[in-house]
Amino acid sequence: MKRVLATASGGGHWEQLMLLVQDFPSCDLRFATTDAGQAAHSGKLRVLTLPDCNLTQPISALHCAVVSLGHVWRFRPQVVISTGAAPGFFCILWGRMLGARTLWIDSIANADQISLSGRMALLIGARCLTQWEHLANDARVEFKGSVL
Amino acid sequence: MILVTVGMQLGFERLIRAVDRIQPDCGVDFVAQTGPTSYVPTNLVSKAQFGPAEFEELASRAALIVSHAGIGTVLLAKRLRKPIVLFPRKAGLGEHRNDHQLSTAAQLAGHRGIFVAMAETELRDAISLGLACGPIGHEISPTLGRLQSAVASFVASGTLR
Repeated sequence: MKRVLATASGGGHWEQLMLLVQDFPSCDLRFATTDAGQAAHSGKLRVLTLPDCNLTQPISALHCAVVSLGHVWRFRPQVVISTGAAPGFFCILWGRMLGARTLWIDSIANADQISLSGRMALLIGARCLTQWEHLANDARVEFKGSVL
Repeated sequence: MILVTVGMQLGFERLIRAVDRIQPDCGVDFVAQTGPTSYVPTNLVSKAQFGPAEFEELASRAALIVSHAGIGTVLLAKRLRKPIVLFPRKAGLGEHRNDHQLSTAAQLAGHRGIFVAMAETELRDAISLGLACGPIGHEISPTLGRLQSAVASFVASGTLR
């Protein structure tokens, strides 16, 4: 069984993740999110909780970084995918450092430029998808489709 | 009934004040999820936050959803086939960290069942258009399947097909 971690903050990021994650064959799929109530409402049971944070607030970011490291360390995912935002980036970061392949799907909310978390994910070598065709560039940021 | 929401994270008093002013002209009940705010609306049934199940039940009963330009609410409206009015937050007024909601709203304007009010003065007309629109069809994004396949392919083999 391939261990797959699918992660997103609560709200729109989570709704997008729900549209993109299906029952991947022969995978041990686990979720990580900031809003356990919303995850339960989506019928997801195997959910790890992350504190919310954003990359411009160092204390909250540090807290989230530590908690997400704990989750990723214990679960040891072989694949990490995220639809954002900063908590998802940390899961991608630790996943990448522990050898997972990582995919960042930038939120459709980012129609002008890739989000800060997305640019960070690119920087550490995650694959990156945008949901706006005009934001795709050569091979680094690809467009395959969108949820809307 | 019209359901007003500012999402789950940040208050958005400008929208709540605006719909509170407009409600008497509309002849429809409004229920609002206001987020954290000290403003007490007089013409709306309001609560800082509804639980996910209660919120979904309200949304499924609503004729129209009026919302900040958050993707969660846009996807919910689409799933429930409800028309939606988007009123974007502005960073210059301290309503969000940046102006991505302005570009989201601008890009989504013109999608079936999505109406955009960039300012308070445009809200009343957008609400009238939204109410007149009625339930929308169940159109899934034409490119969603391709995106799902790309994600599944990445999980299976590491390639984005």
